[in-house]
Amino acid sequence: MGEAMSPYHRPMATTWWLTNRAYFLFMVRELTSVFIAAYLILFLLMLYKLAMGREAYEAYLHFLASPGMVVVHVVMLAAALFHTVTWFNLTPMAMRVRFGERSVPPLIVVGGTYAAWIAASIAMTSIVLWWK
Amino acid sequence: MARSNDPFWWALFAVGGVVAAFLVPVHIVLTGIAGPAGWLRGSFEYHRVLALVSHPISRLYLFVLISLPLFHWAHRFRFSLVDLGVKGGRGLVAVACYGSAIVGTILTAVVLMKL
Repeated sequence: MGEAMSPYHRPMATTWWLTNRAYFLFMVRELTSVFIAAYLILFLLMLYKLAMGREAYEAYLHFLASPGMVVVHVVMLAAALFHTVTWFNLTPMAMRVRFGERSVPPLIVVGGTYAAWIAASIAMTSIVLWWK
Repeated sequence: MARSNDPFWWALFAVGGVVAAFLVPVHIVLTGIAGPAGWLRGSFEYHRVLALVSHPISRLYLFVLISLPLFHWAHRFRFSLVDLGVKGGRGLVAVACYGSAIVGTILTAVVLMKL
């Protein structure tokens, strides 16, 4: 008697997320943020090299063109796309769009987000390619 | 789990998630694949890129693009570590994750000011 009671925690294996497809996809979704952050650090490094001067910038572009770095970027792109798809598909749950008396059907909300995403991607590509 | 400052970090997580969802894929394609591969010949020339990213609107855009998804990462990574059984989710892990995002934000501001 007299000892403080602590709530019971059921022991759980670190590999719990490998036991079920839904858990696994949940963990993959959470870990896409690691790849996105890694890309942004590499991109920040590009801006840093740009600030250092022409030689540093061109050497960095050369480094990025190596096969290993291209593969790394393809993997990061796959992770980023998985984040985009899972994020957009959840928007109707996070946000109810109203139009007058009625709420807009979830499918249209999701469709609108994808359309906006494609428009933003085309706009960004145009700026990078043709801005003067 | 519910802490008084959680809504603040959650809001940064949510806004960072939106920024990442809309903008990160196209940036990976442009600066990580198409640019270095030379498909966009001329567009990645040093003086041109420097002029493009030095514009005040570009700097503000790049600050938002880099900083907010770092907080998105911090929030997700923090809870992933807790889910994977790392103890101290409310203390050390949180400080390490959000602290890294804050450091990244400061570094981003410094680099963007040097451009």
